[in-house]
Amino acid sequence: MKRDLLLFIAFALLIMVAPHFFHGGYLMNVLVFVGINTMLAIALNLLLGYAGQISLGHAGFFGLGAYISGVLTTTYALNPWSAMPLAALVVGCLAYLIGFPILKLKGHYLAMATLGLGIIIYIVFNETVDLTGGPSGLSGIPNLEVAGVVFDSDVKNYYLIWGVTLAVMLFSLNLANSRIGRALRAVHDSEVAAQVLGVNSRVLKVQIFALSAVISSLAGSLYAHTMTFVSPASFGFNFSIEVLTMVVIGGLGSIYGSFLGAALLTLLPEFLRGANDYDIIIYGALLMIMVMFMPGGLVRGIPALYRKIFKQKGEGDNA
Amino acid sequence: MLEVSGITQIFGGVTALDSVSFSIAKGDITGVIGPNGAGKTTLFNIITGIYHQTAGTVTLEGKDVTGLPPERLARLAMVRTFQNIELFGGMTVLENVMVGMHTKSSSGLLACALKMPWTVSEERRIRDGALKWLEFTGIADLADHTAGSLPFGKGRLLEIARALAVGPRIVLMDEPAAGLNSQETLALAGLIKRIRDLDITVVLVEHDMELVMDICDRIVVLNLGKKLAEGTPRQIQESPEVIAAYLGDDD
Repeated sequence: MKRDLLLFIAFALLIMVAPHFFHGGYLMNVLVFVGINTMLAIALNLLLGYAGQISLGHAGFFGLGAYISGVLTTTYALNPWSAMPLAALVVGCLAYLIGFPILKLKGHYLAMATLGLGIIIYIVFNETVDLTGGPSGLSGIPNLEVAGVVFDSDVKNYYLIWGVTLAVMLFSLNLANSRIGRALRAVHDSEVAAQVLGVNSRVLKVQIFALSAVISSLAGSLYAHTMTFVSPASFGFNFSIEVLTMVVIGGLGSIYGSFLGAALLTLLPEFLRGANDYDIIIYGALLMIMVMFMPGGLVRGIPALYRKIFKQKGEGDNA
Repeated sequence: MLEVSGITQIFGGVTALDSVSFSIAKGDITGVIGPNGAGKTTLFNIITGIYHQTAGTVTLEGKDVTGLPPERLARLAMVRTFQNIELFGGMTVLENVMVGMHTKSSSGLLACALKMPWTVSEERRIRDGALKWLEFTGIADLADHTAGSLPFGKGRLLEIARALAVGPRIVLMDEPAAGLNSQETLALAGLIKRIRDLDITVVLVEHDMELVMDICDRIVVLNLGKKLAEGTPRQIQESPEVIAAYLGDDD
């Protein structure tokens, strides 16, 4: 569709010119995290918002990508450009194998199983000290390099991360608007009806789980190569919940919503820094208010609010 | 076309179906009727691969399909509709029918995400095919509406359009007239006949006797999990066993 493509191009241009308004500085570093978190939120949204399958262990896949990339490029002195796809491949295969038994579970049971998976991965990072450096982390991970240009500054990293994030967005938008995207949403709404129409829901769920893990792993690898240091604390249960919150606050089943959710939840703590000890209370209260008044997420809530303010007649929501 | 033989289903200690056998001829509209609790819906769920029966076999076009999952049966051109319509409520009417074209298209996950050239032309074909079935069922004007917001009668038509998009040679409908008013039921009768005219065999579970007697070529009567009678509408109407089952015995 023409309109979808134009929207994406406009969005990409906005992202590309954004650094010129900030002139580097600390905010650039935060915007790099917005990019990484957008990738993670999209990955989880494909699984949760489209296929309707929950995961509370995505920080684990994110961490695996970061650690596999990190270990391969430090201990084994592999080139980062070879380490990243290798990490993605390993994580994808792992998710595929785990996906078959785990995705037979539904609802709360699937939540528990993925929660357990995330915790196991977290424990492995902490306990395999010889390989990962344990709780004190893994340092000295090399930056990425393209034709002599080393991605070692916030501005360069911004373009690197957002280049990949935009590619992941386009990839996911295409997928969402295809027969596979429709089949996923069909499984979400009525699995039995989807099956009757010939959708192999079991295989499809596992495929999207693996794809979601691969995108998370890619985000993890990029995180490792931009931060040059990783430690288990970044990949715990809390972070899985944070990504889940981004997806829900942004809007389930919307790729742009994942960006909005990731942007809000990454930027909000920075803006609330001035509130000193009260920041976490304000943060929590804002999340509660948003879920109460924008149950469809920011991506549907903001246009609705806009229409309300300007008293225009609503024409239905554009997700 | 379709043959069931010796279908037995035991839930816990209850025998829901007891060795039911019958066969359905190609091109017929066959009605499966019976009082509440006769096992009609259970039988449908077994034929369409949603339940696994305790005993018995299902044969589709000479091929043993016993125990095959629903998605495999769809590829063998058998599809069904549900008593409580199972729409994809969050999707548009058109998208619902486009899901019906799933087996008629083949682009994989990566090809779709990378928007390979062939996926674009396939997408167009899916859309055109889906529109054709919306026109066939008379709801093309609702194409862009959200399926979840449709009135029940239109939802029923959408479910039928979606089933037809699969390109079935046999359609099983579970109480297609349930919840419809008399006008809608009349239109449904016409639609089912037009489906039969496309060389699609139709089997329906139905309580609306007027509809069943009007459109069915053959009728199978179930009672308390057993086949009570089988025949043309006239034979069934005159069968003393059927009358006894429906109206009760004098004894």
